[in-house]
Amino acid sequence: MIYRFRDLLALEPLSAAELTFLLDQSKPFQEIQRHPLKKLATLRGKTVALAFFETSTRTRISFGTAASRLGADSMNLQAEASSLKKGETLLDTAFNLNAMKPDCLVMRHSASGAADYVARHLDMPVVNAGDGTHEHPSQGLLDALTIRDRKGTIENLNVTILGDLSHSRVARSNIHLLGKFGCRFTLCGPAMWVPHELEKIAPGTPIRSVYKIEEALEDADVIIMLRVQTERQHEPSISANDYIHGYQLNAERLKRAKPNALVLHPGPMNRGIEITPEVADGPQSCVLEQVTNGVAVRMAILYLLIAGDSEDGAHPAVRQAPATPTAHNRRSTDDAAQHPVSKGKDS
Amino acid sequence: MLLIKSGRVIDPASKTDALMDVLLDGQVVKEVGEPGRFAGLKDADILDADGMIVAPGFIDLHVHLREPGQESSESIESGTRSAARGGFTAVCCMPNTRPVHDNASITRFILDQARMVGATRVWPIGAASVGSQGEAIAEIAAMKEAGIVAVSDDGKPIATARLTRQVMDYCRSLGLPVIEHSEDVSLAAGAVMREGVTSTRLGLRGMPAAAESVCVARDVQLAQLTGARLHVAHLSAKGSLDQVRWAKSHGLSVTCEVTPHHFTLIDEDVQYDSRFKMNPPLASREDRHALIAGLADGAVDAIATDHAPHEPALKDVEFDRAPFGILGLETAIALTLEQLVHLKKISLQRMVELFTVGPARVLGIERRLAVGQPADITIFSTTHEWTYNVNDSPSKSRNSPFDGRIFKGAPMATIVAGKLAFRRN
Repeated sequence: MIYRFRDLLALEPLSAAELTFLLDQSKPFQEIQRHPLKKLATLRGKTVALAFFETSTRTRISFGTAASRLGADSMNLQAEASSLKKGETLLDTAFNLNAMKPDCLVMRHSASGAADYVARHLDMPVVNAGDGTHEHPSQGLLDALTIRDRKGTIENLNVTILGDLSHSRVARSNIHLLGKFGCRFTLCGPAMWVPHELEKIAPGTPIRSVYKIEEALEDADVIIMLRVQTERQHEPSISANDYIHGYQLNAERLKRAKPNALVLHPGPMNRGIEITPEVADGPQSCVLEQVTNGVAVRMAILYLLIAGDSEDGAHPAVRQAPATPTAHNRRSTDDAAQHPVSKGKDS
Repeated sequence: MLLIKSGRVIDPASKTDALMDVLLDGQVVKEVGEPGRFAGLKDADILDADGMIVAPGFIDLHVHLREPGQESSESIESGTRSAARGGFTAVCCMPNTRPVHDNASITRFILDQARMVGATRVWPIGAASVGSQGEAIAEIAAMKEAGIVAVSDDGKPIATARLTRQVMDYCRSLGLPVIEHSEDVSLAAGAVMREGVTSTRLGLRGMPAAAESVCVARDVQLAQLTGARLHVAHLSAKGSLDQVRWAKSHGLSVTCEVTPHHFTLIDEDVQYDSRFKMNPPLASREDRHALIAGLADGAVDAIATDHAPHEPALKDVEFDRAPFGILGLETAIALTLEQLVHLKKISLQRMVELFTVGPARVLGIERRLAVGQPADITIFSTTHEWTYNVNDSPSKSRNSPFDGRIFKGAPMATIVAGKLAFRRN
């Protein structure tokens, strides 16, 4: 199995086999997160350009950490510091970054399709770290990885997504990924946040919209919370009190879901608005695992796009061993090599 | 003298569809007769139209020539050369220039410029309100004296119902049609395409079909109130067409136009490519079917291009940031043949009507191919195979979603005031 795309722009076009491959590739990198020394030299000498044209803390740091743990250097461009304010076009900014010869561009932008647009004009791999209200592929992958770890599978689950669906790129990536594994979706929120068109964005995937949280939680295996976001809304919103009253996930409401239902949240959470602290910190919550898995998934993505096609299929953690026999490398290597997935790739 | 020989003359006004020779003398049609009738004629240039359609000159009710003010995107010269290449002999240019065409000195400038460098006739449309700002009525009477053929605040609707009413009243007294870009701007705020499954999937902000039809309903009601002539520009939604049908069935002077891109493409064709971004945006599959039905049954009066050039520097940006609008002049005839005539949705006679008698009626004029009429003639082929290469266009812009499309049928020659403005090699 070889990842057949040069870029990672969206999960929609990926097949179940390709998505499984990406998730499997993340496993050894998950192991690495558990070690006291986490740095590999796999991408040493490579440079990852991180261009965030929209404010982000978590995703930027996560990609930066992923690059660094692979041994790559990163260059950072943030919207506030960029030339965009001086009138430079997105494409010119991208060309300028490209001229500094990075090996991969990770970009976030407030315009849907921005990563797609830049990728059409650049030779280097582009990773979409969130484009407008379109997709957030690495988030979709890390959510799936988290669910698979806890549930043992991502097949045929009842997935409930709560909140502002209409402006959520996370929800779209979740639907496009989990939908390919037979998951059924229930979307829930105030009606203007749950457009009926969403039911048809992934033909073949059962998606329904409901407006009562109690109904939405019934029989759920997985509950994905979305942040109530103010920055991406163009229209009048409902009042915070109405939202809390109607849609806040609290312990009482959570009881309607299956007993072992998982609660995910892409963060940052608004404690006390969409979710109570009790649920956010409870045993069903996966919030911090998601963050840890985010680094692993992003390491896998960067590895596959930068080194993937130049290698013979060997996993970096395995292949890396003889290069620099330092303590941390060896340890990472050994542990990773014990992982069935990386062994499989090696043989 | 110019003799157009052996062509198939289609003239909807007289219901003519026959092989005929057409003799032009100076700026008028001198004679029309059966083939060979003018064989003995000595000093006439001959244009062999064997196998081609010869029709009265095509009129485009809706183009943006960008002059004055945005000459890096288009000029009266480049735009009319593009028009001639597309088979049009007259184009109506919208007033959203810089400055806005809201006074008679700009009307005169446009007409002077057209006389000097225009490849086709230019019939200017003046702004309805000062600066198209929707506050005060523009100097419409003075512009009419200078030569405008209609008023419009195109690019946006006339801002309020009250002002629309006043403009309609005034224009009724002046004998001018009010051309309306119907859009409820609050419903459309921030939108970059039509709202639907595709916009939801792509995460692009959509405007509902109602953003158009709500405004058409307003305007139709006001046309009834005032008795004015209302022409709905670039109509794209079934709901809007239903409003126009209602108006027509109640005897109101309400007409509408449809663009080739709206009867060819739909929202599902949008893929973050700004060449597919225009306003009104590409509509739904059902809307497209309704438009085609309206083009066939007479509910739609004209095909107009909404030719909207934007230089590459403006247009080649993220979809969200790109300005609305695409080129249309050079592909209109070919798309109409491809989508409507070849697929037997409409007859050739009806097609010619939609480009001649239809738009002329909107403007309150006649259009026919007959002795004594202006020598404005459009000659096209229904079979000529060609590839549209936007880089060959005399337009200064390149924003066409049809670049590289292979067509069957093309404009072959355009005659304006007895002179050849374009001839395909």
